[in-house]
Amino acid sequence: MDFNKNKPIYLQICDHIYERILSGEFRSGERLMSVRELGIELGVNPNTVMRSFERLQNKGIIATKRGIGFYVCENAREMILEEQKKEFIENDIPEFFKKMELYGITFDELVRFKPVP
Amino acid sequence: MIKINNLDFAYKNTQVFRRISLEFEKGNIYGLLGENGVGKTTLLKLICGLQQPQYGEITVDGFTPSMRQPEFLQNVYFLPEEVITEDTTPEKFIQKTGVFYPRYDFDLFNKLMKELEVDLAKKFNELSHGQKKKALLACAMSLKTDYLFLDEPTNGLDIPSKALFRKVISQYCSDETTVIISTHQVKDVENLIDPIVILDRDDVLLNASFSKITEKIFFEYGPERLDNAFYTEMLPGGYINVMRNVNNEESNVNIEALFNAVMKNKEQIKNLMK
Repeated sequence: MDFNKNKPIYLQICDHIYERILSGEFRSGERLMSVRELGIELGVNPNTVMRSFERLQNKGIIATKRGIGFYVCENAREMILEEQKKEFIENDIPEFFKKMELYGITFDELVRFKPVP
Repeated sequence: MIKINNLDFAYKNTQVFRRISLEFEKGNIYGLLGENGVGKTTLLKLICGLQQPQYGEITVDGFTPSMRQPEFLQNVYFLPEEVITEDTTPEKFIQKTGVFYPRYDFDLFNKLMKELEVDLAKKFNELSHGQKKKALLACAMSLKTDYLFLDEPTNGLDIPSKALFRKVISQYCSDETTVIISTHQVKDVENLIDPIVILDRDDVLLNASFSKITEKIFFEYGPERLDNAFYTEMLPGGYINVMRNVNNEESNVNIEALFNAVMKNKEQIKNLMK
């Protein structure tokens, strides 16, 4: 995994887990890989991974079960999408509008750039 | 836990430590940093009983290392920077060494040699420098001691081996282990070491976890050099400014910049981190 230099590693690991939940690799209700396992996979200090897990636990995206370890909560997917949507609205959209204005792109033109599936 | 209290140590006419105190807690992978000659290797030797304090005391889980009790020694391994060139295979070497370590695990040794991609058939003196380092690392880790001290372990490793090194060390770490890695190659152990200890001549400048560091210090990546920064450096695409964390913002530690900031503002940062 290539880490970005601006963002704390533990937050980048949270994003990494989000991606794997959204892609369906980590499913709701199923056991998550352990702190150790993920630490080894990423070559990162297990304490850092633990910090990421604690953050996700506080958000209610993952939880612990005795004897099992961490598992993905039922509505994790929805919560992640909700959080990411909020971030998109707060950060990406204003930036996007700023650039549209700068480059003089109108709404009518914008439609032309919509990727064709 | 390793407790160092008021330690003094000198080689003949050279004072290395003057009344230093610091602690290493279990369950961590410490990065031990410092300029050449500040005593990183000496500190590791003192902790494992290869040198004796001239004043003050060191205890490791209640043991005094310099008494060299078997109960203590069987739980500690120090892998020096200089590589041995014995006329023997790593396998024979570890079978000979392993008898002194109750948790020594030969299967783990084989697994690690495979993971680190070292040729099992070759003797130490037939292996390249990097291969030797990896073989010795496999030996050290297969002893499964709670205390593992590595002196410049990534020197001479090729790029893929450095990633393998991070993986196997992360694997080694548990709630009971204390790993101390002394290094100049901070990029090799980035994201692996936490907390960080910075030694200076006679003194300890920093002993703090990343979360404590980022609580007090802010690493700003931006387009300009900031005047009130502890340290500023040009990076591709802008500048990194090491600042006081006044707005309680979270940032990512850049170990090299942190090191330079600490070296330039010793007392200020020492006080800030108290």
